Amino acid sequence: MAQDSDDREMEDAAPGAEANESTNGDIIKEKQRLRLLPGSTDTAASFAFEKEDHTLGNALRYMIMKNPEVEFCGYSIPHPSEAVMNLRIQTFDNVSVFEVLRKGLTDLTDLCDVVEDKFTAARDEFDAAHPDGEKA
Amino acid sequence: MPAHEQSNPWAPLTPSQLEQRKIVSVNPETVSHTAATDIPGHWGPAQDDSWNLSRFRDSLKVDFHHNKPHDAAFSLVGVDASIANAFRRILLAEIPTLAIEDVFVFDNTSIIQDEVLAHRLGLIPLTGGQEGLKWLKWFRKPPPKDDFAAQAAWEAEEGEDSAASVPSDYNTIVLTLNVTCRWATKAEDGRDGKALAKDGESDPNVRYVNSNVYAKDLVFEPQGQQEKYFNEEEGNQIRPVNPDILIAKLRPGQRIHVRCHCIKGIGADHAKFSPVATASYRLLPQINITQPILGADAKKFARCFPKGVIGLEPSPDNDSDELQAVVKDPMKDTVSRECLRHAEFKDKVKLGRVRDHFIFSVESTGQFGSSELMLDSVRLLRAKAERFNRHLTELEEGR
Repeated sequence: MAQDSDDREMEDAAPGAEANESTNGDIIKEKQRLRLLPGSTDTAASFAFEKEDHTLGNALRYMIMKNPEVEFCGYSIPHPSEAVMNLRIQTFDNVSVFEVLRKGLTDLTDLCDVVEDKFTAARDEFDAAHPDGEKA
Repeated sequence: MPAHEQSNPWAPLTPSQLEQRKIVSVNPETVSHTAATDIPGHWGPAQDDSWNLSRFRDSLKVDFHHNKPHDAAFSLVGVDASIANAFRRILLAEIPTLAIEDVFVFDNTSIIQDEVLAHRLGLIPLTGGQEGLKWLKWFRKPPPKDDFAAQAAWEAEEGEDSAASVPSDYNTIVLTLNVTCRWATKAEDGRDGKALAKDGESDPNVRYVNSNVYAKDLVFEPQGQQEKYFNEEEGNQIRPVNPDILIAKLRPGQRIHVRCHCIKGIGADHAKFSPVATASYRLLPQINITQPILGADAKKFARCFPKGVIGLEPSPDNDSDELQAVVKDPMKDTVSRECLRHAEFKDKVKLGRVRDHFIFSVESTGQFGSSELMLDSVRLLRAKAERFNRHLTELEEGR
């Protein structure tokens, strides 16, 4: 009968609690893979990127070196058996190292966007002009 | 280098100097000027080499040489070596691909050992509906029970993610291989294998049935939601790219009955997960003839290079009617430096490579298209950069 159903009344959640709450508000928690190495200051710092290697290391180093406010930028992989990549940035005057790293990462993102757009355009143009895939 | 001979060494670089700094010199026994010098400050305060997105956009060029479904060759001009190399490394090792990972052996009476058979099955390239392959989720394989350290780390990490370590229809593809070899019989196959063998027939294809196990004998069994993404009517089913790969050979009475679980993985974990076979690039060669090479020397010079690189043309300013060597198509050159071995013209030519012109060759194993793979590589590098941007924000908030 209707009164004997298995439905239960849901109580309101306690105020302040939220389902799936994590530190960033993301549903899927991303493990933090960026660490600051000891001895770092605001203008000279070393970062450790976990699970990264030359793929991101060299590309990021190049983008950061293209910044004229950077005095020094280099990356290394302390041991090939551990998937860790260290990146050291030293800046001129009072420029914050975090801003420089952020700019480097943003510039790398912009570069990828431009490459993706130009590649797609070139590929579509080639496919339209050469339907069988070969140049005449 | 011209910069030091200039009247003002701190002026911005002239166009010829900009061209010169793009060349890697190839000498008889060495390679020089390999490092890129387009760093702000290297050529003085007046030369602006800092990152400029619009300048990059204007100078970037992509030119396709051929674009077949699983083999693309294109030139990427205007990027630095570190970026081109990042794309190449991601193509090889970090693009997720589907391959056979776990093989459950019900019956293997063949001469091929279980582990060797499983290894061979893993290396078979598979293909299927593109949309479905992108939809498939990751399967987090639990570490072996006897690896206590990894097992402890695994248990600590579990929690919300336990669904990802259970094989289900959204993270595992099931393929079955069930082949039994027997003698050919008059009733079933129209020939009597035993009798033919007695008469001297030695061809196993005539004597027996199913003596060769091919990749096409793998049967895809769609689970749950997979029927929607990998359906046979549209030709999207999971199948081997090359159906004629020989997996094993059997003789009458031997049987292979296995169930294979395929999951997504990356090339860094195991080479079977690499979507390319292979992806590489080379720099555009440059041949600079500094003094005219004429007549017989020109003919010999042309033979030092692959066909089509050097052409012979009547010289314009020289009044003799000897033919002069002219560079026609440097892309065909393989930079063997053969011309530097002959005294007649080794001082009249300068070999080099253009530092920012990358001729990529991307050969796919068949799961994805080559040009799509390159785009995935670019997107993955972008995703890496964005991810660390988020981690940086988190790091700054924690300080």
